[in-house]
Amino acid sequence: MNLRKYLKVYTKFLHTSLASELEYKTNILIDLITAILSLIGSIFLLSIFYQNNKSIGGWEFEEALIIQGIYTILNGITNTWFNPNLTEIVKHIREGTLDFVLLKPIDSQFFISLKKINPSGFLEIILGFCLLLICMIINQININLSFLCLSLITMICSIFILYGLWFFICTTTIWFVKTWNAIEVLRSFLYIGRFPLDSFSFTLRIFFSVFIPIAFITTIPSEVFLGVYQLWKILLEVAVATVFLMTSRKFWLFALKSYSSASS
Amino acid sequence: MLEYRVEIALWAISGIIPFFMLNIWTNNSLNESINISNIMLSRYFLCAFFVRQFSVVWVVFSFEEDSLLGKVSPYLIQPLNPFFRYFTQHIAEQITRFPFALIIAFFFFIFNPESIWIPNLGVLFLSIISTFLSFLIQFLIQSIVACLCFWTEKASSIERLLFIPTLFLSGLLAPVASFPEYVKSWIYLTPFPYLIDFPANLLSGNKTNVFVGISMQILWILLFFQVFRKIWSEGTKKYTAMGS
Repeated sequence: MNLRKYLKVYTKFLHTSLASELEYKTNILIDLITAILSLIGSIFLLSIFYQNNKSIGGWEFEEALIIQGIYTILNGITNTWFNPNLTEIVKHIREGTLDFVLLKPIDSQFFISLKKINPSGFLEIILGFCLLLICMIINQININLSFLCLSLITMICSIFILYGLWFFICTTTIWFVKTWNAIEVLRSFLYIGRFPLDSFSFTLRIFFSVFIPIAFITTIPSEVFLGVYQLWKILLEVAVATVFLMTSRKFWLFALKSYSSASS
Repeated sequence: MLEYRVEIALWAISGIIPFFMLNIWTNNSLNESINISNIMLSRYFLCAFFVRQFSVVWVVFSFEEDSLLGKVSPYLIQPLNPFFRYFTQHIAEQITRFPFALIIAFFFFIFNPESIWIPNLGVLFLSIISTFLSFLIQFLIQSIVACLCFWTEKASSIERLLFIPTLFLSGLLAPVASFPEYVKSWIYLTPFPYLIDFPANLLSGNKTNVFVGISMQILWILLFFQVFRKIWSEGTKKYTAMGS
């Protein structure tokens, strides 16, 4: 019953935010061109790396394209959901409108994470899927049930980790008020997800898997696509994703305890 | 500006992408094929980081916010072009960013002690000038985009579109020297390589043509300045304050 209520609320969210975003039609067109150009740009950069080398960190060009595809999908998801919603937390806290959110008779984390939607991110998701499809043809990947399951699981885990990272950074606003630049730092680190983890030096590899698990987000799903995955890595990713999701909840409740409304 | 020290430090950290790129280049010895030694390449990327730190521009976002909130109207009455206000803001922030950039450079040299070098005074002087010119080019481009706020409310999406070629073609992620021939043949006619690649090459002591570079920068500045003046006068004619 509760679930049904949330589903109903969510369809309302979708409806209102789509309606308000479609007010800016040219904007969506420009975002569309931006998404295409940025994909072309990153493939161009990749081709520079590969112009005289056959493989980088054990990844060939065709295989590295899979990472690009997955990155594009995840970036699309970030632009559709995480970016418009979670940056709003910063605004809520600065302008004191978080009070209104907290007073609503639904879960505040649900409200704050899913209220808005940015339709121009869909295009990136579609672009990413197209690229993945092309990659699957180039790399002659056979689709079977276990492959589908594993890729779905790893992708979902990546989304959760990504959500957790964004959520942590944005929630710290409750203490620091201005976190725009922390978001920029996260964004620039996420950029690393475009490249295979093995192409970095050992220290950076450790950094990107232990401190900021960006490496998990794109590399492990790509390995599943190529069929070179190791089971323990997938299990580790599932564990990391669960931890991120649970701590995001705990962290939110903890942060709310320290929250005091604007003039108090 | 000094009130927001953490913010500026974080902003400086967010610019370290060139170092990650450097890591990919040297870790896979990709630079052998383009005839740039490890040391030269690491200097290049360090300089690219510096040039980026001191030429980054965000006037579109400030102007968009101000025009949406209706703050532009009082600015327009003042006898000074409002963009001058943003210009000085940028300069002030660059000065505050300088120590943070130095700290990052210090850490860079700890990890890469072999790439320490001291550019001679003439080169330093020229590269400061060319970095400033690069900043001017980007400032003018963004001001032109910002003026589009007079016609459309959200000019920042156009800026995001323009940022993509800037990111990939300016040399921030890979030196222009490494680009394939079919790109190199036309790229030097566009403003992009003069934004980061040219000043970074100059400062790091890589091969570059100083005279051609600086004159191309000045050429683009003059061109964009004319466009800006035109679009500004058209825009202010078009402008009506909120609620009128």
